[in-house]
Formats: sequence, C-alpha cells, structure tokens
Amino acid sequence: MTVLLSALTVHGPAGVMVEPIDAEIAPGATLALIGESGSGKTLTAKSIVGLLPRGFRATGQVSVARQDLPVTRAGDDAAWRRARGSSVSLLLQDPFTSLTPVHRCGDQIAWTVEVAAGRRLPKGARRAAVEERLAEVNLPARVADAFPHELSGGMRQRVAIAAALASDPQLLIADEPTTALDASNQAEILDLLRRIQLERRLSVILISHDLGVVRGRTDQVLVMRDGKVVERGATAAVLAAPEHPYTRALIEADPVVAARTGARIAEESADGSAEAEPLLVCEGVTKAFGARTVLDSVDLSIAPGAIVGIVGESGSGKSTLARCIAGLEREGDGRIVLGGSPLAPGRASRTPDQVQIVFQDPYSSLNPMMSIGAILAEALGVAGRAASEVPAMLEMVGLPAEFARKRPAELSGGERQRVAIARALAPQPRLLICDESVSALDVSVQADILALLARLRDELGIAILFISHDLAVVRMIADTVTVMWDGRVVESGPCHEVLEHPTHEYTRLLVAAAMRENAVPADGKD
Amino acid sequence: MSIADTRARASRLRPLGRMVAVRVLGVLGVLFALSILVFSMMYLAPGDIVKNLLGNRPANPEVVAAVREQYRLDDPVVVQYLSWLKGFVTGDLGVSIRLQQPVADAIGDRVGITLALCLLAFVVAVVSAVPLGVRSAVKAGGWVDRTGNAMSILGLSAPTFAVGLLLLYVFAYYLPIFPVYGGGDGGIDTLRHLVLPAVTLALGLGAIIVKLTRTAMLRELESDYVTFARSRGLGERLVRRIALRNAAIPIVTGASLVLTFLVGGTVLAETTYALPGLGTLLQDSVLFKDIAVVQSLTLLVAVVIAAIALIADLTYILLDPRVRRQMGAAS
Repeated sequence: MTVLLSALTVHGPAGVMVEPIDAEIAPGATLALIGESGSGKTLTAKSIVGLLPRGFRATGQVSVARQDLPVTRAGDDAAWRRARGSSVSLLLQDPFTSLTPVHRCGDQIAWTVEVAAGRRLPKGARRAAVEERLAEVNLPARVADAFPHELSGGMRQRVAIAAALASDPQLLIADEPTTALDASNQAEILDLLRRIQLERRLSVILISHDLGVVRGRTDQVLVMRDGKVVERGATAAVLAAPEHPYTRALIEADPVVAARTGARIAEESADGSAEAEPLLVCEGVTKAFGARTVLDSVDLSIAPGAIVGIVGESGSGKSTLARCIAGLEREGDGRIVLGGSPLAPGRASRTPDQVQIVFQDPYSSLNPMMSIGAILAEALGVAGRAASEVPAMLEMVGLPAEFARKRPAELSGGERQRVAIARALAPQPRLLICDESVSALDVSVQADILALLARLRDELGIAILFISHDLAVVRMIADTVTVMWDGRVVESGPCHEVLEHPTHEYTRLLVAAAMRENAVPADGKD
Repeated sequence: MSIADTRARASRLRPLGRMVAVRVLGVLGVLFALSILVFSMMYLAPGDIVKNLLGNRPANPEVVAAVREQYRLDDPVVVQYLSWLKGFVTGDLGVSIRLQQPVADAIGDRVGITLALCLLAFVVAVVSAVPLGVRSAVKAGGWVDRTGNAMSILGLSAPTFAVGLLLLYVFAYYLPIFPVYGGGDGGIDTLRHLVLPAVTLALGLGAIIVKLTRTAMLRELESDYVTFARSRGLGERLVRRIALRNAAIPIVTGASLVLTFLVGGTVLAETTYALPGLGTLLQDSVLFKDIAVVQSLTLLVAVVIAAIALIADLTYILLDPRVRRQMGAAS
C-alpha cells in the first residue's frame, strides 16, 4: 500500500521545472512539501494526478500500492480515468472555488461515489452513501441539500474533503488545504484530515508554505526551492535543526516561531505615548448591512506613532471598521475623531492626507495598464506633490528607481505590495491602514514587508492600523491588539499581555491557532 | 405537502411576484412613452398619407377634403393621439388605412409566420451553436475550433440579404430542394418555406452564440472545481456537463439578447424571401405612414422584447442558487 515516487520530474516549456524527486510514503503517513510560491510544489502535486497545465509533462514513476500511475501521460484521460479517484485524489486550497456553485453539495459527493462504484446508484442508496460520507467529516445530513454558498468556509472544505475521499483513494494530495480558511477553522480541518487519515490508513502529501501547518502533523518533510529539494528528513528533526540556510530562513521568518519565542520585528513604542492625545478615536461605531449588524458599538483608540493590531476572522467586522475609518463605508452610528476633529461619515469631506489604506491583494489593487511611475505620480498629484518625487518614494519602500518604468505584471507579490504602500504614503497620511496587507504573501516576503512597515513608522512617525486574521503576525509588529468577534470588540490591550493572558474564550482560540497548538487532541474527537 | 411546506414555498415566491409586478409596471411605462415617440415621429416624418391613398388618381380638393375628414387628419395631433390611445386601451387597435382592414386582423394574419420564423431560427441557432461552442472550448485550437471560428466570422460579417440570396441561389435554384419565395399553404409546406429564411437568420445568431458559449466554457473549464472534479476521476462527459451548467448563465444572457435582436430584425429575411410576415408589414406601413399599424406593431415588438428579458431573468433564478438566495434576502 506504500506510495513511491521515483525520479518524478516536471518539464515545462523552458526546461526542467521540478528536479527529480524520490520519496516513500507509508500507509497512514504524511509527507510534507514546503516551499514558497514558485518552488514547484503545486506542479509536483498536479503531475501526480495527471493534471499538469498545457505545455508541461512529467517523467519518472509514481506507484501506489505497487501499481504505476500513468504520470508520463498527462492529458491522456483514458489512461488516467481508473487511477484518479481510486488511487489518488487532490484536495485544493480554496473551498470557495473547488466546489461548483450551482450544484448541491450532496450531488458533488455522489458523483465521486458513483465513479468509484462504476455505475449510477438508485436514489436511496445514493443518499445513504452521501450521508455516510458527510458523517465522516462531522457534517449533518442536511448539508447534502445545501448549495456551497450556504455554508461557511470550514464546512465547504469539509464537503470538499468528503468529495475527495468518497472514491476511497489510497493517496490524498492536499494542496494548501487550510490557507484560505480562518485561523480557528484551520486547526479543525487539519485535525479532521489527520483523524480520517489514521482511520483509513491513507497516505497523504500535504503541501504548504506554512511551517505551522506542517509541524506536529506530518512525518517527513521535503523543503523545496526553485524546483529543487534543498532539505529532507523527519519533520521534527528538520524543524528543530535545519541544515540548509533556506530552511533556516523560512523558520526564522515564520510568525508562529516568532510568537513562541516572543521575537518581534518592530520595537514596542514607549508606554508614554499612550498618555499623549490619541490620534484616532472611534466611539460606539455601529454599522448594519440590511438586518445584519456587522459593527456593534466598537471603540478604538490609536496613539500617534503607534501600531495597533486588529485580529478577527472573516465576518468579524474588522475590515468594515477599517473602511468606515477610511470613509469607504458610512457608519450608521458613533463618532470617528482624527487629531481632535470629527470625521463625517463617507468620503465627501475627506482629504487624502488623513487616512490611507493598503489592501490585501497587490495583484488587483494596482492598475495593470499603468507603469509604477505613473501610479505613484497620480497619487502624489492628488496631494499636490510633484511627480519628480517618484524616485524618492520608491527608495523609501526599498525599491530601485528603475522600477518607475515597469508595470505591475513584471513585479513579484512583495514588490507590488511595496508599491501599494508607497502609493498610500504619497499623500503623507496621518494614519495608514493595512487590511490583511501581508496575508497573500509568502512568509519570508511577509517578514520583509512587516520590517518595512516598522521602519516607516519609526522614520515618518506615522500611526498604523494593522488588520489580520493571524494573531501571530500581529504579535510581530503591533504595540497593542484589539480582538474582534461578530462585530464587537471582545478584548484589547498590549500585545504580549493578550497573548500570554487571554481572557475571552475566542481570544484563547486565536492564541492557540497562532501558536499552531492542536486546539483539539489529535485522537479524533472533533 | 404539509401546510408548513406550502407556507415556506409561498414566502419564497413572494419576492418573485413583487419582481414580476415591478417589471410589468415598468414595461407599461416604457410602452406609453414609446407610443408617444412613435406617433410623433410618424406625424413629423415627410410624406402625405392622402397622396399615398389616392395613388395616381387625380387629387381634386373635394376628394382630398373628404379623405382628410374621414380619417380625422385635420384634428390637432394631440387629439389624434388621444383618440388612438382611447381606442387602444379599450382593445380597438384601429383600422389600417393602407389595407382597409382592422389592424388586429392585419397583424393576426401575419403574426404566425413571423413567430414561426423566429422560433425556427432561434432553435436552429441554439441547437447548432451551443454544442459547437462547447466542443471548440474543450479542444481549443483544434480543427473544430478553427472551423467554428472561421464560420462565426463569416456569419457575423455577412449581411443577411447577401446570405439569403446565396442560399436561394444554391438551395432553391441550383439544387431545387426548397421553394424560392412565399409562405406556403400551412403545415409542412410552410415549414419547408421557412427553412431557408430561418437558416439565413440563424447564421448570424449562431455565430454570436458560438462565441459566447466558447468564451464562457473556456473560463469554466479553467476553474478549480473542474480540476477538482477531474482529480476525483469524474468522467470527461460529466465534467463538461458540470461546466456547461455553470456557463449557462452567461449563455442565457447572450441568447436572450440575440433573440430580442432577432424579433426586431426579421424584416430583411422576410423581404428577401417574400414572406408575408410582420417585418414586411411594418416596412410597408412605415412607408405609407399607416400610423395605426405602425403603433400596434412597435408596441407588440416592445412587449415581446420585454417578455424575453423577463423570462431570461426568471431563468437566472432557476439556474443560479446564489441569485435565488439574494431574492430571498430581499424580502
């Protein structure tokens, strides 16, 4: 039943994309593939299920329970039909896109069941099979009748797991299965996968950029970089004593490690600043979309030059609060005061030198048709500053002046986010809001951007409101943290205090997730 | 079905009813505005209905006065419009001056052939274009894709009358399979007479639908749920069906737009094939300044177009559970 990869290689249009990989995964064991974007980990996964993009092909051998998969024949559906599903299944990152939105969850699971059975099942048997699969992932039977959009992210990923496993494969490849989920859901999904894996004696390849996901849940690890395996070994040994400098750098950049050791990127600002007149005060800010209250009387205070973190999961209202402060949403009730003068709701009375915002996705927040220079010149122009300051803006965020001629598509994710930060700082705002601004980035890039933000705070004396779903990231940079849940502030205080002595139950959950502690024992009780 | 079920169902249907009611009211407003617009344009357009009526006969002042008296042409334009409107809302569409018969009869005689033509053209277009679009997307760059692409460009760019003449030349003259002109004597014979005009119209329509289907399918086939479905071993036919079900929403939008375009655009095909349909009736009536017929016909076309748009919107609700949920949330 063992899974063997021998000399598995992926070739692309420009030559070898992934150099030969050898590995052995015993039944019930997990192999972790870690690396940053572009390391070749996803190509490796796709080569094992024969779904490489056009122009790519694989060589080498993969055998599952002594049967060879037709890895060299990507695109040959007839050859792959029997292997996919029964031997190997692939679980994708984003449960919002991996299920079809117009089909009921039960049908999506039933398709896999029927493929494995090789025939259509009568209605009753079909329903029974679907309910059995749902029960395995701890979902009630009624989920079968729901459409994916009626479920939360965590529930959708459970449905996807049920669908992926409904054909009883012997190898499951999970490609970043929790990256798109909230911190509190991540641990649950990983523990669920682990439990099912042990029950079924399933071999798993877990792909992640997140060392915290890998720690304690995998047996072997391959660290990949630029299509090469740079380090391999037992997970615990590699994480405890990394040999390759790249592995060491990855571990150092990992917010989880930092949260455990207390390492920080930004100096904590002196306590005295809290006594100064606060720069921003929110009092009783309330906002409802229709009948749903998304902000329920939220209070927040930011001292000049402070970095304040807001943590919460999607739907907690943290982004809506940021958008109200920036004037992008109109709060229904409450007061927002900046530097002593109240800000009216909405954008009409705002000036660009008050509040600026940096969004999560640097791929969509920059206009692809404009050069970097034009993007920055436009932002400078809004504040009445000359376009000749573009090189200085680029230098400020650590980019060379030649970048002014480039377009966003030529830049990496981290470089784009630097441009987005420069653009936000062009009107010299008093408050910079970073809304999940590092969440889409690889850990090492994430650490660089956090360091940049800390340096900018020190140099410019600007205050930063830093929003994230990950307490570990906030811990590295913020002076104080506010925890939001269901539109309300449940806890706030200095970062180290909240992490060390969480008082609210939800904060405790977040702290556990930040430390990647198993919130639930791995013995299968979920 | 229990009472609770019925009640739940009723509460789900309520926003739907409200949407339909709002739409119907909106359409009534559009019809009213349209009737004023068309009436005034007909009134202002050059040409004299009296001359058209008398034709080559000598027009002495008494005859002209009698004609003007008979059709109330000397009333102020507002009075003329109001008397038309009064008749229209009470169900009297007026009398066609040109045909000397009630407008309702004139339209009734011809509506069948135009509806049959539109329906046939639409069915031919959809039945041939959707599978071709799917096939083109699945094997993008293959020979079906390239041939389909070439044919779409041809279908889009060739003018209707040119295609009509070409088809007539080939299939009615060289290979006398289909009749050259006319609407036939009903039943199978009429269907035979409608084949060439329908194909003529379907070519342009189909070209648009092929393109729409191909683009929508290409996008869906790239999506994660297709990768996930394939990785679980689902067969290619099932995968395509799932993708097509997701692509159906943009395809229905496109097809409904195309259908409205078709309803207004049968006149060229009807003229080329000398079909006694609404398109030719509208053309002749406009030239003759036969206001009553033009008014009723424009409003009829507007109603049909509004109905198609409404049906398309109702189809989204059927096709997309997310839209259904928004409707529910709006209540």
